[in-house]
Amino acid sequence: MNSFLDRLLGRDQKSARQAKERMKLVLIHDRTDIPAGTMDALKDELIAVISRHIEIEPESVRIEMTHEGREQRLIADIPLRPARRRGLG
Amino acid sequence: MRMAGRVITVTSGKGGVGKTTATANLGAALASEGDKVVCVDADIGLRNLDVVLGLENRIVYDLVDVVEGRCRLRQALIRDKRLPELFLIPAAQTRDKSAVSPSDMVRLCDELRHEFDWVLIDSPAGIERGFRNAIAPADIVLVVTNPEVSAVRDADRIIGLIEAEEKGPARLMINRIKPEMVRQGKMLSADDVLELLAVELIGLIPEDDNVVTSTNMGIPIALNGRSRAGQAFRNVAKRLRGEEVPFLEMSEDGSIFGRLARLFRPGGN
Repeated sequence: MNSFLDRLLGRDQKSARQAKERMKLVLIHDRTDIPAGTMDALKDELIAVISRHIEIEPESVRIEMTHEGREQRLIADIPLRPARRRGLG
Repeated sequence: MRMAGRVITVTSGKGGVGKTTATANLGAALASEGDKVVCVDADIGLRNLDVVLGLENRIVYDLVDVVEGRCRLRQALIRDKRLPELFLIPAAQTRDKSAVSPSDMVRLCDELRHEFDWVLIDSPAGIERGFRNAIAPADIVLVVTNPEVSAVRDADRIIGLIEAEEKGPARLMINRIKPEMVRQGKMLSADDVLELLAVELIGLIPEDDNVVTSTNMGIPIALNGRSRAGQAFRNVAKRLRGEEVPFLEMSEDGSIFGRLARLFRPGGN
């Protein structure tokens, strides 16, 4: 009964997958020793610096930490504002 | 002229994942292959390798006695009853980790290397002095973990520290795998753990009740020809000796499911 309820509510099943997803994030933070707020501050400053030189879409900027093997990498995805709208705003 | 022996440190970060069991069993497995082995209990103050090996009644001198010069190295070596090539240097029970330094361990192991093919060091849990002592003389570091979030996280931390100390790359031993739970998606699989930790694998050890009963009697499970965990430990020993041994198929366990499946598939394995 209990397991039926659990399945109905999407609990318990594939808890291993949850464990893996949680560990991916935890390990990235453990390895890089970057406090949670730092990434947000970094993103804001990056947007400010880049905006001074080129027009970007600030809402769509994504900064992520990824890893390949045991190497960590900071990935920044910074979409530029479409050319046709440049100079109109 | 004997080739200089290799020093292997067994460590984990988290306690209770099976470091001492792994050290005892790798020692027994290597010794039963005919290699000369000494196991060193570096967990000063929390001595346990002696009871796991069933040698607790034969201790006269310990690691700290050797380091502080109260006895000669030879006097602290306890020879195993069953395996004449297996020896133990027990930890001191009434002292703490600061009684020994990393350079003491390096000196001790340099001496042991001349006498033994393998020096296996059982590291204490944690990332402090005891861990530093244990890895200082290591040629190879084995990290033991379980397929659980806390053990995996601590293993990752320890692997990072091993790399920082230039003792890497660490080799991973995943202990206490429950194949049935993995199959149901209720436990991290060996592949999951390997992907998270991104290190080289040296052993997959299934959960096996025989480990408890065997340890109760002070007999390493690696000497039990019918235990799957024993087989897995023997495989790790063979890999350390340079043999290519395939990893045990974790779905073929001794669980009721596995036995039933075999019953309906006579001749299959």
